[in-house]
Amino acid sequence: MSAALLLAAITAAQLMLVAAMGLYLFRMVRGPRAQDRVVALDAFYVSGMLLLITLGMRTGSTLYFEACVIIALLGFGSTVAFSKFLMRGEVVE
Amino acid sequence: MNAAADMPTPIAAIICVCLLAGAFMALMGAVGLVRLQSFYQRVHAPTLGSSMGMALILTSSILFFSVTRGQLVLHEMLIAVFLTLTTPISLMLIVRAAFARDRREGDPNVPPVEPVQPD
Repeated sequence: MSAALLLAAITAAQLMLVAAMGLYLFRMVRGPRAQDRVVALDAFYVSGMLLLITLGMRTGSTLYFEACVIIALLGFGSTVAFSKFLMRGEVVE
Repeated sequence: MNAAADMPTPIAAIICVCLLAGAFMALMGAVGLVRLQSFYQRVHAPTLGSSMGMALILTSSILFFSVTRGQLVLHEMLIAVFLTLTTPISLMLIVRAAFARDRREGDPNVPPVEPVQPD
């Protein structure tokens, strides 16, 4: 009973997160400007991380957690680098 | 999902509600990012997914692993603390960069740099 309930909920949540990632991808491709793309990329990696967490719940393993931490760290670093680039035109001053 | 079979149904229901609400928040943030009109409106929408959606999904994950492992599993708190700290920082940096770009192009909708008041 509870296993079927959990499986259905995790599947629905994964579908919603994939739909959200598709919408972010749409905004990333369409633009219209570079800052829109950076915001979409920032939200895209958070959604991907949440999708990995639901995948970890589905398989019952905590292996995906490490991948989530790495995605969070690298995503923040890349967003900072992108916004520095947009601000000045160079990453390292 | 073997350990999930003997999970009590009320706890499973709580996990399901948290998970679905969090995923719905993320979806609403994405819809807002696509549908809102200007950049300064759009930048607000995805934070719905990366604050409340993240918190709800991580809560359901903590509950799930704590119940299936039979002990308190809190390592998801690491991601929660990190994202709570970094989301405002990255959003503020992006908006400042966008502000600087709009000013450089002479966009009339963006206010000019405020003069520094002498003390």
